[in-house]
Amino acid sequence: MKEQYQELEALKDIRNIMERSTRFLSLSGWSGIWAGAVALGGSAIAWLQLGRYYRQYNERGNFDTDQYINLRNNLFYLGITVFIIALAGAFLFTLRKVRKQNGSIWNSASRRFLNNLAIPLGTGAIMVSAFVYNNDLQYIAPACLLFYGLSLYNAGKFTLNDIRYLGIIEVILGAICLFFPALGLYFWATGFGLMHIVYGVIMWNKYDRGTTGTT
Amino acid sequence: MRKEIEQLNKIFDSRIRIGIMSALMVNESMNFNELKALVDATDGNLATHLKTLEDNTFIKVEKGFIGRKTNTTYAITKAGEKAFRSHLDALEKIIKNLG
Repeated sequence: MKEQYQELEALKDIRNIMERSTRFLSLSGWSGIWAGAVALGGSAIAWLQLGRYYRQYNERGNFDTDQYINLRNNLFYLGITVFIIALAGAFLFTLRKVRKQNGSIWNSASRRFLNNLAIPLGTGAIMVSAFVYNNDLQYIAPACLLFYGLSLYNAGKFTLNDIRYLGIIEVILGAICLFFPALGLYFWATGFGLMHIVYGVIMWNKYDRGTTGTT
Repeated sequence: MRKEIEQLNKIFDSRIRIGIMSALMVNESMNFNELKALVDATDGNLATHLKTLEDNTFIKVEKGFIGRKTNTTYAITKAGEKAFRSHLDALEKIIKNLG
């Protein structure tokens, strides 16, 4: 009997190592909450800027190229800033979780996860850059959502499976948004803001709460 | 039951060797430090077990460089994969006999 118990333990070990060496399982729920909060904040600033632009437009009654270029550039820099702050914070929260578990952030599992995230995401970044370059702005929001969703779905094979559901939701939001490009900012805020927060809370509740105490 | 226990490969008796084989089954290749973090062994201990597996031609060793630093990577061989799979089959049979 005792020997059989050992065999069972051995199988558990094998399963555990196979899983840990191929999947990056230390994504923190806080990363999602942070990214969502930053995205919502960015969306609010964009909303205010757009509001001001249209108010001035109505007061003047005619199109002003300088104002338009100004707005476009501001939104562009805002987008990049939001992306960097969201990414940096998400990275730090995950790093903190990895440290707590005495794991390493740079191993074959995390490399696989990042590669599978980066390739579709990079493709999306090139597409969005081309939209900006050609001054064709209406499909930026849906393209962000679609490519981000595909990246998450793809990378989900190498991390917690739950992230694939977030990926599918982002793709659906992006697909609907393609047909209503004028509402892009609202879809963007829902997908990158609200959904990240919801996802982060669910992940935190499911994986982080029990294991790492207050974080 | 005796027969199945005999089918278990003696080389895979050790937890660390089982760990190394499991990791190399699902990863094309891994270096020393990655394996160390995964199986939780000391340098000397891990090196000894890797040597045993290498001597049995279950894994192959490749010495390379990253810049000037040596980077030794390990990969599973066909023979190693076959031996580990039959070891897993034997384990499974033993556990099935439990119920």
